[in-house]
Amino acid sequence: MSWIPAVESALNAAVRAGTPLLYGTLGEIYAERSGVMNLGVEGMMIVGAVVAFGVTLHTQNPWIGVLAAALAAGALALIHAFLSITLRANQVVSGLALTMMGLGISALLGKRYIGTPLPNSLSPTPIPILCDVPIVGPMFFRHDPLVYASLVLAPLLWFFLFYTKVGINIRSVGENPAAADALGVNVYLIRYACVFFGGLLSGVAGAYLSVAYAPAWIEGMTAGKGWIVIGLTIFSMWSPLRALLGSYLFGGVTALQYRLQPLGVSPNLLAMLPYTFTIIVLLVGTSERIRKRVGAPSALGIPYVRGEKP
Amino acid sequence: MLGIRVRVERRAVTPTWLLAAASALSVASALLAISALFWWYGVDPLLAYRRIFAGAFGSTYGLLETLVKSIPLMLCGVGLTIAFRALVWNIGAEGQLLMGAIAATAIALFVPGIPKPLVLPLMFLSGFLAGAAWGVIPGVLKAKFRADEVVTTLMMNYIASELVNYLVYGPWKGPEEWGFPYSSKFPKYAWIPTIPGTRIHYVTLALAVASAAAAYLLLMRTTIGYEIRVTGGNPDAARYAGMNYFRTVVLVMLLSGGLAGLAGVGEVAGIHHRLRYPSGISPGYGYTAIIVAWLGRLNPLAVILTSILFGGLLVGGDAIQVALGLPIAVVNVFNGAILLFVMGGDILTRYRIRVEWRRGR
Repeated sequence: MSWIPAVESALNAAVRAGTPLLYGTLGEIYAERSGVMNLGVEGMMIVGAVVAFGVTLHTQNPWIGVLAAALAAGALALIHAFLSITLRANQVVSGLALTMMGLGISALLGKRYIGTPLPNSLSPTPIPILCDVPIVGPMFFRHDPLVYASLVLAPLLWFFLFYTKVGINIRSVGENPAAADALGVNVYLIRYACVFFGGLLSGVAGAYLSVAYAPAWIEGMTAGKGWIVIGLTIFSMWSPLRALLGSYLFGGVTALQYRLQPLGVSPNLLAMLPYTFTIIVLLVGTSERIRKRVGAPSALGIPYVRGEKP
Repeated sequence: MLGIRVRVERRAVTPTWLLAAASALSVASALLAISALFWWYGVDPLLAYRRIFAGAFGSTYGLLETLVKSIPLMLCGVGLTIAFRALVWNIGAEGQLLMGAIAATAIALFVPGIPKPLVLPLMFLSGFLAGAAWGVIPGVLKAKFRADEVVTTLMMNYIASELVNYLVYGPWKGPEEWGFPYSSKFPKYAWIPTIPGTRIHYVTLALAVASAAAAYLLLMRTTIGYEIRVTGGNPDAARYAGMNYFRTVVLVMLLSGGLAGLAGVGEVAGIHHRLRYPSGISPGYGYTAIIVAWLGRLNPLAVILTSILFGGLLVGGDAIQVALGLPIAVVNVFNGAILLFVMGGDILTRYRIRVEWRRGR
């Protein structure tokens, strides 16, 4: 059967390309579930990418690079948290500002790394036995450890969000902060923690791009992936498990781009695919009927003030 | 005994002087924070600021260039004030600008048989319409299907940018352009005239200033403007009052998209005289315009001022790029930091501190 290798390599590419989207989306789901929309994902991601690259280059350990990237992006997320939770600033504008900052800072920090190769990048480590299973093996078990970690993380985060006390508290804060507050839940703490967590994962998403996916630093290398994450969060209906599906779907579209290129289609037209797909997916995901059924966080984007009506 | 009580309370109205003072204070704090970044990066912040200021405002050439760059910022920024007033987050001015540039190029190079004096007016018209169309699409998607306009307008920026790339690397590539991603040069009658000795394409500048005045009148003096402001203040109330939500959203997207489209016409017909790769047409005017509008407190007249300020920042950014070897994206740091600090500073305008003196018993 000659078509199997082609399908296997396509699926492998889809998961690889989908992994940064998955990390970003998982993080944004937690932030939005707690009621805070963070449109700074693109900025946090690209700062993660440059920090991971630089730290990996200097320490020769990609894991320290990933950790540093997560912390750097988390720190940026805290700026957004302070503005939107404590100062009750407009979340849309604050997130945008964060993205601009991130794009600028990353260009500033990354200037010296342009064209530098990365010797200690994360490379695929196939999992014995499992990687030889047809289709599933190449799709899931011939990757680098960050991909495996995301595969474990998604169901864990889903379980945590829906079946633990803290997870229920997070959702209640995003749904009805006044009621949660009355029940003794610390609204501010949970929102800060979720936004910070979202930042950490955005940083990992960026790190994946620069130390695993395409080990190099290129200015603006996130190319809108942070914005696709915002769309994917809605498409996933704020569920970490659906994020898995959505991310690989998008990864597939991205990978498709490179498979169609040899057929003579203009690369620029193909590059529009993921963006166009995001718009289409948003239309499907946000129809009134579906929105009502899945219940988007009701307090999304609304700052909470004790004793004040929103 | 004398008791002092300090209370923090919400202001009902914010006086204009306080808004201005808070903005100035915020911008100053942002510059201070950025100087820390410069210092850490190994660039003398005082030198950097001096170069930026001298580059933008210190010479006739700098001042004129500042004005040139403020034209697209003003057009996009005025449009965004209209959209943001209705609480419609149009982040797509960049793409709408590029669509305007594409439409103008199409008229200038590829539609034969237009009488020469009509070419420029038609370029402006088609640019407005193309930008408006690029804005109306996400507007309809928002009003009809509740598709988040932040995401859709942004995605359409990327699509427009790839479309420009496709055209200048593909079918519209000028055969005489030595392999550069440029279209052919426009014929002279498709150039927007400039003030002699400068690059100021005054027709576009006049359009920008006029649009600011018109937008102000629209927002403050007409029923439509009132509906836009009520929709932004309280969408539910607007609906109960019988206002047409769909019409308002589509209208503000049409106007803001159209104005951004005009900015695109100005860039290709007034400056470059050809279609180029996307970042060669706009270094992010559509994004910077968001700050221009926000810092102008969504007042179209104030946008005239803020667009000149940020035009200066772009020119100054060019200057330090050359002099200090910083990437041009450093302008983004300014944009982001100023916006963050202005938002933080807003808290000063929304609350007042009241000190009460009380006689003790």
